[in-house]
Amino acid sequence: MSELKSGSNLEKVLKAGHFAFTGECGPPKGANVEHLVGKFKHLKGNVDAVNMTDNQTAVVRMSSLAASHIMIHEGLEPNFQMVCRDRNRLAITADILGAHALGIRNMLCLSGDHQSFGNHPQAKNVHDIDSMQLINLVTTMRDKEEFINGEKIDVAPKLFVGAACNPFADPFEYRVYRLANKIAAGADFIQTQCIYNMEKFRTFMKQVVDMGLHEKCYILAGVTPMKNARMANFMSKFVPGMDVPDSLIDRLKGAEKGKQAEEGIKFALEQIEEFKEMEGIAGVHLMAIEWEHMVPEIAERAGVLPRPVV
Amino acid sequence: MIIADKKPIEEIIQEVKDYDRLLVLGCNECVTVCEAGGKKEVEVLASALRMHFIKEGKEKKIDERTLERQCDHEYLEEIRDVIDQYDAVLSLACGVGVQFTAEKYHSTPLIPGVNTCFLGANEQRGMWTERCQACGACILARTGGICPISRCAKRVMNGPCGGSSAGKCEINKDLDCAWQLIIDRLRDLGRLDDYEIVAPIKDWSTERSGGPRTVVREDVQV
Repeated sequence: MSELKSGSNLEKVLKAGHFAFTGECGPPKGANVEHLVGKFKHLKGNVDAVNMTDNQTAVVRMSSLAASHIMIHEGLEPNFQMVCRDRNRLAITADILGAHALGIRNMLCLSGDHQSFGNHPQAKNVHDIDSMQLINLVTTMRDKEEFINGEKIDVAPKLFVGAACNPFADPFEYRVYRLANKIAAGADFIQTQCIYNMEKFRTFMKQVVDMGLHEKCYILAGVTPMKNARMANFMSKFVPGMDVPDSLIDRLKGAEKGKQAEEGIKFALEQIEEFKEMEGIAGVHLMAIEWEHMVPEIAERAGVLPRPVV
Repeated sequence: MIIADKKPIEEIIQEVKDYDRLLVLGCNECVTVCEAGGKKEVEVLASALRMHFIKEGKEKKIDERTLERQCDHEYLEEIRDVIDQYDAVLSLACGVGVQFTAEKYHSTPLIPGVNTCFLGANEQRGMWTERCQACGACILARTGGICPISRCAKRVMNGPCGGSSAGKCEINKDLDCAWQLIIDRLRDLGRLDDYEIVAPIKDWSTERSGGPRTVVREDVQV
């Protein structure tokens, strides 16, 4: 095993060659710690790390930094998400230092959904730097032990740095080059957007493998089980950058009454099985949105338990 | 050019209702081209205000004037001999013109009649679109002549983000994705290699973030 960059559990699992399994958790719309901790019990022991979302869909919530810290206290490993929408480079840098100081060892770099989707559409967005530049900023802090202005850092933050990738946004033929740029900027791992169009994803992964990108970076395939056909329809129509084939919507609609959720889970399990064998895929990122209590069952049925101890 | 849009008449009435002698002052530059504050709009607005106050039984003097530019000392001097005849000036110039007029005529209240929107172009009759945010450090040479700062909703310097769909932006299906346009043009120019270069973090100090800006050109100073 090569030298560890942060020593996070996720990094160790991936470097040891295990098929990684990460989860996701949204902080509460308030300071309700009890509610947050309640979600953790479904994730603990079933995933290698848990993404803590940062004002996701531009809806304001408890800060991902604070919620990540609470998570550590509860014995889980966070993947601290940070969006560029709400912070300039000073706040970003300060939060990265703070994250490391609080014991956070994974971070995911994102642009952030536009505020017009959220509950403060009148807000001014920041976008001082973009997600690509954020990857570069945090890895520069880690590897060169310097701020982006070149000044030395007194105890540099050591984070395992992730980035997102949406193979389904356009222009499709250039998405792989954008991924290559993120890896060149320093990304250690990638978590993809929720995948539903498997055919398109296979094409994308072939490009990834042909370019050798999977050898430079760990790629985790994004899976979000559909709860019902209505959710699939909604995601297809209203969630930006989402590609939900009609065949999946029809499959969910065709399920027996009360069995659409089970059909959604079955589809997710089939996906996970395929990802285990797919060249270039190092793990799965399970985003069970407001469905955290299903994670133990999905992990069990997907055959990814027990999680490796490294 | 600077693109402006008319303010709602109700808002203007609210602001001018207490003045008995009003000069509606147009500008013959950008706001004329974008049909928000030129001679024609001055006429229409002045007439509408007169009718409104007549209906309310109020007698007001509402005059019209349109200057070549309100952002220029020379042209603003043209109203010096008449400015004392008015209790207020309703300027249909952009925010620059309104402020320059206010600075010149210190004791006369100035009311803006338009909302200044952006630096843009005439896309088609009756439609203007943004093209520049005046960041003070142009990067168009690297982005195929298309500006991600003014045309990408997230000002992404390395795009497109995950919300680009069929050439459109995630926030509005009528809005082109700037990065789709950039990629298309780089491809047509045979310069797609440029897309594989990660754009460095931008120095925003030349933008408004660096404080109010001044350009000094000693070579043209007198």
